[in-house]
Amino acid sequence: MPVMTFLEAIRQGIWEEMERDPSVFLLGEDIGAYGGAFKVSAGMLEKFGEDRVIDTPISESAIVGAAVGAALAGMRPVAEMQFMDFITCGFDQIVNVAAKIHYRWGPAVPMVVRGPSGAGVHGGPYHSQSNEMWFVHTPGLKVVVPATAYDAKGLIKSSIRDDNPVIFFEHKLLYRRIKEDVPEEDYVVPLGKARIAREGTDIAVITYGAMVWTALEAAEALAKEGISLEVVDLRTLLPYDEQAVLESVRKCNKVILLHEDTRTGGMAGELAALIASQAFEDLDGPIVRVTSPDTPVPFSPPLEEFFLPNAQKVAEAARKLAAY
Amino acid sequence: MEHSDTATSAAHSTEAQGNGASTLTQVDRARRTDPAVLKDLLEKMLLVRRFEEKSAELYTLGKIGGFCHLYIGQEAVGVGAISTLSPDDYILCSYREHGHALVRGLDPGEIMAELCGKKSGVSKGKGGSMHLFDKTKGFMGGHGIVGGQIPLATGFAFASKYLKQHAVTLCFFGEAAVNIGSFHESLNLAALWKLPVVYICENNRFGMGTPVERASSLYDLSGKACAYNMARAYVDGMDVLAMRELVMEAVERARGDNAPMLIEARTYRFMGHSMSDPVHGHYRTKAEVEEQKRHDPIKMFTSTLETLGVINHDDVAELDKKVREIVEDAVAFSERSEEPDPMEIDTDVYTS
Ligand SMILES: Cc1ncc(C[n+]2csc(CCOP(=O)(O)OP(=O)(O)O)c2C)c(N)n1
Repeated sequence: MPVMTFLEAIRQGIWEEMERDPSVFLLGEDIGAYGGAFKVSAGMLEKFGEDRVIDTPISESAIVGAAVGAALAGMRPVAEMQFMDFITCGFDQIVNVAAKIHYRWGPAVPMVVRGPSGAGVHGGPYHSQSNEMWFVHTPGLKVVVPATAYDAKGLIKSSIRDDNPVIFFEHKLLYRRIKEDVPEEDYVVPLGKARIAREGTDIAVITYGAMVWTALEAAEALAKEGISLEVVDLRTLLPYDEQAVLESVRKCNKVILLHEDTRTGGMAGELAALIASQAFEDLDGPIVRVTSPDTPVPFSPPLEEFFLPNAQKVAEAARKLAAY
Repeated sequence: MEHSDTATSAAHSTEAQGNGASTLTQVDRARRTDPAVLKDLLEKMLLVRRFEEKSAELYTLGKIGGFCHLYIGQEAVGVGAISTLSPDDYILCSYREHGHALVRGLDPGEIMAELCGKKSGVSKGKGGSMHLFDKTKGFMGGHGIVGGQIPLATGFAFASKYLKQHAVTLCFFGEAAVNIGSFHESLNLAALWKLPVVYICENNRFGMGTPVERASSLYDLSGKACAYNMARAYVDGMDVLAMRELVMEAVERARGDNAPMLIEARTYRFMGHSMSDPVHGHYRTKAEVEEQKRHDPIKMFTSTLETLGVINHDDVAELDKKVREIVEDAVAFSERSEEPDPMEIDTDVYTS
């Protein structure tokens, strides 16, 4: 199995889908000759040509809207946002148009909007957001956030094949840092199914995206102290895998909800409500959240570091909870 | 200079276009400009150039992180345009705004400290390179979402008209920003409501790696104003005096008659899109960049002033020494500034 970065895995997933299905095409800013701001689409213009790898002006609303229209007419567009922060400029076409078409009049909208999100590169307030919850709050969309290279490939393929609009968040910090064995053959990872990233018995850490790695790092450190963390990687946030969450909570009886996104209105709130209503009796301690604080993402490196959850913060919360 | 392909549509366009298509040379313009002004313009351009060169150096050393977009090559646009403003006027820019901020008189040390994420930065290190602000100087940012500043500028112009403040708003953006909806919505509002705003499109030929011809169906970008019945012009953005004269006219009209205008300044970016991009990459050749550097706005202006005897070689060396010292002082200020205190994390989110 070849070793591949997270970024290469996404590229290969898209590449294979383009080979497999001529109705798949890419559109976005600087994705052709330039190869994409992060080079996800490098080499694709040469392979698939200008008809299928389309450079657009800076017009997010038209990029998304044109993708919706093309999807309705039988294509499978994959639109790139140069940074997921800029998806705001195409917001109406996503939440009012793409998300509600099937409900309003029946047709499928098979399209993907994908791009880099997340902090840790000193990008400041406009190039660092974890804005997945804007879309998790929109019925009709699917929201996917991979953590591993294997999943990134399998999930992007599932997203492209899905008949609903999928918003696909790629943590930019993982692009080149994660290197794994990734099968070269065709496989998919189903949407809506979580994965146990590490088995454990004392505390369930429910998380997704880059924070899966943070949770694993904390689990490794705490294992030496005799505290066993189970790490659940949600993979899809909408619809999310309620069963996997509840099973892990019922097994460990204590739970930490971890995300890089800010606290209020974050995924942890939703998970806490699910757990409190369905697994209340199974809890041996308070539901604990580890998240970023409710502020924009600061630029200055020491502030950004303080802002972001990390393994130490998770471990600290876990120690307290274990002793509860 | 080439002529516009949609010459006649807008109400005021004929007059405004005179500048873009003018046969006046920089020497002609310099002759009718106060020598003190000329020297000041040169000094400001040099300051911006040296500041940006230093920023590039600090970025390479890892002292500036994140994304950092330099203004090298485009100095004549910001310097010429901003030289026409009064202290009460407003300026809004994109993320390529270090130069505009310096010219407007923001403290170079506080700008550098912001780039380096220090507590003493203009935005306390919370924003970085793309988020420079100084309300006291009417410098309203620094905006990282392409086109995001254009509606905002329109709002400033609305308020100054409403409040009868007689302030003018200058709004700078790149040529790739004319393709986003906010540009069109704003120009229509400004023309409809007759707002005192001058939109300055800095056409440096590329939006990242995409040449203007591959992003806009209309190459003559000032022509976009025709759809909104707004005055428009284009100008050689490498010529600081042509820039200054045109913007001066536009600002006067905006102030006097509340007439908005769109100006396309034709310029060129000598560096990569940001510090994380190569200088030319695959989207343009090294030869093209070198060719464009022959029109370096600073070299051209220096030679004009030398030709006219406004300055000599030694004066230029002296000016350069002066601005280098300002830049060194700015770096020193930033270096001795503290990192922000983590306890600052949740301040500034709301006003109290
Ligand atoms: C809405 C939005 N889309 C995309 C981007 C990413 N981006 C930043 S700068 C840029 C190119 C802009 O080019 P132009 O407007 O010509 O200005 P220049 O950078 O040349 O000064 C792009 C695509 C962004 N910041 N905001």
